[in-house]
Amino acid sequence: MSNILEFKDFGFKYDAQSSPTLFDINFSIKKGEKVLIAGPSGCGKSTLVHCMNGLVPFSYRGKMTGSLSLFDKETRDLSLFEISKHVGTVLQDSDAQFVGLTVAEDIAFALENDCIKEPRLHERVSEVAKLVNIQDFLDHAPSQLSGGQKQRVSLGGVLVDDVDLLIFDEPLANLDPKTGKQAIELIDELSKKTGVGVIIVEHRLEDVLHRHVDRVVIMDKGRIVTDTTPDELVSSDVLNEKGVREPLYIAAMKYAGIKVTPDLLPGSIDTVKIGDEESRLLKNWYEHAPKETIKNNSDYLLDIRNLSFSYDGKRKALDNISIKVKAGEMLAIVGTNGAGKSTFSKVLCGFEKKDEGDIFYEGKDFSLLSIKERADEIGYVMQNPNQMISKVMIFDEVALGLRTRGVGEEEIKERVEETLKICGLWPFRNWPVAALSYGQKKRVTIASIMVLKPKVIILDEPTAGQDYRHYTEIMEFLSSLNKLGITVIMITHDMHLMLEYANRSVAFSKGRIIKDDECAKVLTDKETIDEASLKETSLYELCKKAGIEDATDFVRRFIAYEREVVRK
Amino acid sequence: MTNLFNYIDRKSKVHDLTGATKFVCLLLWSFAAMYTYDTRFLLALTALSLILFPLSKIRVKDVSFMLGFTAVFMILNNVLVYLFSPQHGTEIYGTCTYLFGLTGKYAPTKEQLFYHLNYFLKYLASIPVVILFVSTTNPSEFAASLNKLGVKYSIAYSVALALRYIPDVQKEYDEISKAQQARGIEMSKKATLINRIKSAASILIPLILTSMDRVEIVSNAMELRGFGKNKKRTWYMGRPFKASDVCAMVFCVLLVVIAALLNIINKSRFYNPFV
Repeated sequence: MSNILEFKDFGFKYDAQSSPTLFDINFSIKKGEKVLIAGPSGCGKSTLVHCMNGLVPFSYRGKMTGSLSLFDKETRDLSLFEISKHVGTVLQDSDAQFVGLTVAEDIAFALENDCIKEPRLHERVSEVAKLVNIQDFLDHAPSQLSGGQKQRVSLGGVLVDDVDLLIFDEPLANLDPKTGKQAIELIDELSKKTGVGVIIVEHRLEDVLHRHVDRVVIMDKGRIVTDTTPDELVSSDVLNEKGVREPLYIAAMKYAGIKVTPDLLPGSIDTVKIGDEESRLLKNWYEHAPKETIKNNSDYLLDIRNLSFSYDGKRKALDNISIKVKAGEMLAIVGTNGAGKSTFSKVLCGFEKKDEGDIFYEGKDFSLLSIKERADEIGYVMQNPNQMISKVMIFDEVALGLRTRGVGEEEIKERVEETLKICGLWPFRNWPVAALSYGQKKRVTIASIMVLKPKVIILDEPTAGQDYRHYTEIMEFLSSLNKLGITVIMITHDMHLMLEYANRSVAFSKGRIIKDDECAKVLTDKETIDEASLKETSLYELCKKAGIEDATDFVRRFIAYEREVVRK
Repeated sequence: MTNLFNYIDRKSKVHDLTGATKFVCLLLWSFAAMYTYDTRFLLALTALSLILFPLSKIRVKDVSFMLGFTAVFMILNNVLVYLFSPQHGTEIYGTCTYLFGLTGKYAPTKEQLFYHLNYFLKYLASIPVVILFVSTTNPSEFAASLNKLGVKYSIAYSVALALRYIPDVQKEYDEISKAQQARGIEMSKKATLINRIKSAASILIPLILTSMDRVEIVSNAMELRGFGKNKKRTWYMGRPFKASDVCAMVFCVLLVVIAALLNIINKSRFYNPFV
């Protein structure tokens, strides 16, 4: 079969930049093929996607070298619109991609622009809505849809065009684990049903490999490092070298001393063969792995009892929530979008007023305090650092909270400098915020909260959209704050984060807490996983295959091993 | 459906008109109401606009917020007119009949009060129509029909697009504002005006920056799906013009004609019962 897209010795340099972003790209994709592209931030995968869908060079100007052809025609001789007839892109932010006022209008968007007339317009929209299973929501506004539904609308909006190639830019970034799993399944079904080529750009490798992928391309520094099958890839060391997270079961197998080779079919947890020898090694490792040392802390810092809250007076967004948080804990709050996780933190910080229940902080009634007073004890860090930064200079940004509290300039200087040192921002103290990377900006927002010396910080999705290196950087930083005695509460969809860094996790569903336990238990409990839209860790499946009965304990030891042995 | 426009989805004759028809009617109707001060005409127009409510199956309860809002504005406007030119009625009608035995600049005159009555009626005749327009017009369909009337589709679509993203921006504003308050930015009345302006900046800057990011993504998303490719586009929510649309527009043109005729008959924009 012929190639849809073909890169030959391709390179690209943005006009605004002095050196090229892509070098020596040789890559092609055929109809019906499914390819995953992964790599650390800044490796050039976004630019590669822009080259494929025509935004480069038509929206982002620059100089192309070599050849990039779409059905044997050079893309630079086509137009953006001609390319978009063949290549459909589902953007990472499905909220922003939703340009219609309702689902039906959004799906119809491309048809409208093509001047498709009635009754074909309505017919085609309902056909496509059925294909992506959103037909019952045609007159819904985006605000009435869940993240997964919005993504299906985006997909529908692209599929109306009968494209030959579908590109998904980080499809899992804004979804909870279970919805993410369903998204991967839907993509797989669509590619089988329609025979289109599929490119998925995503750094959550393990989650994408949940369904069959023909090839995985790893990029680094603007070049393609490897282009091979999942089985070959996980058998090599490329992932670790290039800062892409290895699937957990592969890590566990490697720790156990198993030589991972392609003939074990290790590309997916569903196919990997665990024979007698592998089982023996895994069991042996399990029995000798260190047990986690559990910190036993005494005092409760926060004691929340029977908290209820409703936005509209009808549906309870929080329903009888009771949690106790110990000083120095690192707590993960998990659950699907709309389960009440963010609402909980908003009520706690005083952004919203509780309807019923009590919040005690160090034994005192917390609900009597204002937003500002609560912030002296509990700091809240928003997901997107751009939502918080309002000053030009880093120093001023961090000093903001102190200045508004009327602290003297001398003390401000001292405290800001101290905080900048703790947060690793000392070298940048005289820099403007705009010169920082996303991860560094995140640090600035954390610093601007830490400067108020709260005992607790709450972070909303601290690592969303970050590659493995930045993820590790941010999380290690939080964990170092935690070691200084700060209690850290993290709202997250990331199961890895929760397993690796949290001591405890609280699962929300429909405004209630359905589980409050150590992470290894939560992530091996079928019922909780289902109800809170989580995803089972692949370690659980690995245990089943190896005949290890106590999967929870295995997971526990795996975490302890990673914390104590690997990360040091 | 986004509720800034407060579109209320019901089945009625008024809902059935295309958005552009309603928009044209609104313009003609308000022009007629603003054009003349003829009390009889304004009374008739007010009565007509009130009849339109049951006809469009919109209840007062549905629009009470907007009504209240405009009522406050209307009263304020009248008070200000009185404060700045208490003799305006006398100038217009050419007579001066003091009431309650009072005299002086601010003393009430029959003429002034009659002028205010007319002023009031102008509001009463036109505001219900504006409210009806917003509550019976589906924004997408409005964009579609504007385009049919010859407005460029990129401009027509931006109406729909603004409505699409305004709730998102509102939500973001709320979140940013709360997080900044937590850092000690005082937004309440306790702060001085200058401080409040400064505080507003610390919310607006992040809001603008995040919105700019969004603009880039949205425009990419639209271009990737062919927006701007052709000179024309079709509309999923578009509806053909029907006989009733023509009737409605003709009717409103007649209103303007009547207003103009009245101005000629009255020899001025004012109907003068004092001479």
